[in-house]
Amino acid sequence: MIYQNSKTILEVRGLRATVNGIEILKGLDFTVKSGEVHAIMGPNGSGKSTFAKVLAGHSAYEVTAGQVLFEGRDLFAMAPEERARAGVFLAFQYPIEIPGVANSQFLRLSYNTVQAQRGKEELDPLEFDDFVREKMKLLDMNPDFLDRSVNEGFSGGEKKRNEILQMALLEPSLAILDETDSGLDIDALRVVSQGVNQLITPDNAVVLVTHYQRLLNYIVPDFVHVMDAGRIIKTGGKALALELEERGYDWLSDEHQAASETRAAELTL
Amino acid sequence: MSTVTALRQPAVDYLDALLTSQPQLPASPWARINALRGEAVSHLDGLAMPTPRDEEWRFTDLAPLTRLSFEPVRSASALLAADIAPFYLNDAPHRLVFVDGIYTPQLSSQTTEGGMLLTSLSAIGAEHAVAIEAQIGRHQATSDNVFAALNTAFLHDAAVIVVPRNVEFAKPVHVLFIATQAGVASYPRCLLVAESGSSVTLVEDYVALQDEPYLVNPVTEIVLADQAHVKHVRVQRDSQQAFHIANCAVSVGRTGHYQSVSIAMGAQISRYNLNVLLAEGAECAVDGLALIADSQLADTHTRIDHAKPHGVSRQLHKCIAGDSAHAVFNGKVMVRQGAQHTDSVQSSRNLLLSAKAQVDTKPELEIFADDVKCAHGATVGQLDVEEVFYLKSRGLSDAAARSLLTYAFAGEIIDRIHVASLKHQLQRRVLTQTGSQP
Repeated sequence: MIYQNSKTILEVRGLRATVNGIEILKGLDFTVKSGEVHAIMGPNGSGKSTFAKVLAGHSAYEVTAGQVLFEGRDLFAMAPEERARAGVFLAFQYPIEIPGVANSQFLRLSYNTVQAQRGKEELDPLEFDDFVREKMKLLDMNPDFLDRSVNEGFSGGEKKRNEILQMALLEPSLAILDETDSGLDIDALRVVSQGVNQLITPDNAVVLVTHYQRLLNYIVPDFVHVMDAGRIIKTGGKALALELEERGYDWLSDEHQAASETRAAELTL
Repeated sequence: MSTVTALRQPAVDYLDALLTSQPQLPASPWARINALRGEAVSHLDGLAMPTPRDEEWRFTDLAPLTRLSFEPVRSASALLAADIAPFYLNDAPHRLVFVDGIYTPQLSSQTTEGGMLLTSLSAIGAEHAVAIEAQIGRHQATSDNVFAALNTAFLHDAAVIVVPRNVEFAKPVHVLFIATQAGVASYPRCLLVAESGSSVTLVEDYVALQDEPYLVNPVTEIVLADQAHVKHVRVQRDSQQAFHIANCAVSVGRTGHYQSVSIAMGAQISRYNLNVLLAEGAECAVDGLALIADSQLADTHTRIDHAKPHGVSRQLHKCIAGDSAHAVFNGKVMVRQGAQHTDSVQSSRNLLLSAKAQVDTKPELEIFADDVKCAHGATVGQLDVEEVFYLKSRGLSDAAARSLLTYAFAGEIIDRIHVASLKHQLQRRVLTQTGSQP
């Protein structure tokens, strides 16, 4: 939802980033305000997931230019764990399996770490158990998943539910959901989307990174951005996603290419 | 050859020093013990302290040990129950306590429940002589093993556990060896005999109440008669300055089942030799964890000997080395001629927590039968960066993330200990130790 007097949560200017020396993000501009839902779409290899990982602070990606402000703070001056504690949350496209660490233990450790940072009360195992079971209902999750190792042997859908469960626990001000719809059947997609919708407030913001329009039927974006070759080449409303669904991405790339060529031609003239 | 002799010279002196510093032991009332001692002393004449030139000691240099001298334990430390209460295990009420190798009945809690024999050799009546003498010193060879020979040369007492035929002793038996005196050498000895169809859990536990160097040189013999089941948990949590050189010989009778979990956390240099001999249809699970840091060295040598057909062995050995620690694993699985239908799986998994840490692992298979199923493998790695990042992206500090992942790696072995109180003690210890890694 777009609100009057909303505050800026994320401001990305001229962001460039490389992985293994190859430039993936080539001057990205992007602004998110509280209460808003943004969708970033684009063909495979356009840099969507790289953008998500760069925001979360993955060490494989090197930022070479540009600036990112998160609630006015320099995001790149913060370690990944500081970003998480400050309210940046990335739901992974491929959540990591951690054999030997009970999911309940992991969730509580994460929750208490973030709570402590925010000066809020930490929960002991019993209190946390009650708390997390309540949140699991939101995602129609079986409490058995608490006793299992983190994501180990979870199906694709169960892993994604577990990601959104973490979002529900950590209450981030910026949630970036990287291909959360991939690997979900239609029922799981509905449940996960409903879960996300219940977590959206006027004070936080959600960025959906997705390849398909399908997810946006359930989580309705205020803005749809199209990424191509490391830049946002078009921004529109919900209708843009439907148009993409119908026409694919090629026409946009071509249009963008043509526009750039025209500009270049004008400049040379 | 002369060079080798010259190199070994200081070590021979060291052995002599260890032998001569000990007071002359009074003759044992047990003829068998006196004979074993004599035999061990004569073996020592032909043995030398091992050096890295010996294949079996390639990675474990005992020079730091041989530079020190150790006194015999002359008098028992007076300990109170309160001093050692932190080591008690709630679910193992029966306990034999040895302080610096000396049996301490007032801290122990013996039992005769179910006809069990759970006491020290010195307290055993003549009626058990035949059973004990038939086993003690029969399984651990001393002719080619200097530390087993040293232990046997000083053999005068031992923890003795005999589980009668078909008795299923549910409560774990805790044999606790406590080091309290600095600069001493002690020679703990343990004998467990599980008669046919019996079952028991043994916790063999080495702990310390001081931080100075000392030498512990134990020998444990475990005998499982046909269809006996033994769970053997061995915890080496000596002080960080200790030297711990141990031998354990296990003989598993027909369709017997031996499960071993050995944990090495303490000592500046530790070595554990575990030999398991399997009779027809016998099974063993031999798991281990070395969790070391600073400049500790932990060396585990195991040998699983499939002497007869239809034996099953499973082994998972893990090492976690931090700082400049050095872990060594050598696991030999031997399948003798005629030991058909042997089924053996062995795995060595190792985690290096720092650039200076080192692991040497050598799983070995020697197969002399043609119809067997044997697999083995080894991995050495660091913590997975994606796992660390995942945890950090959820707010955990780098140290907390690494600690949790290390804990999980160790947990797979610790979870195999079926003594809840001990498991919890070890879990806490692992969390503390991994939490202090940089």
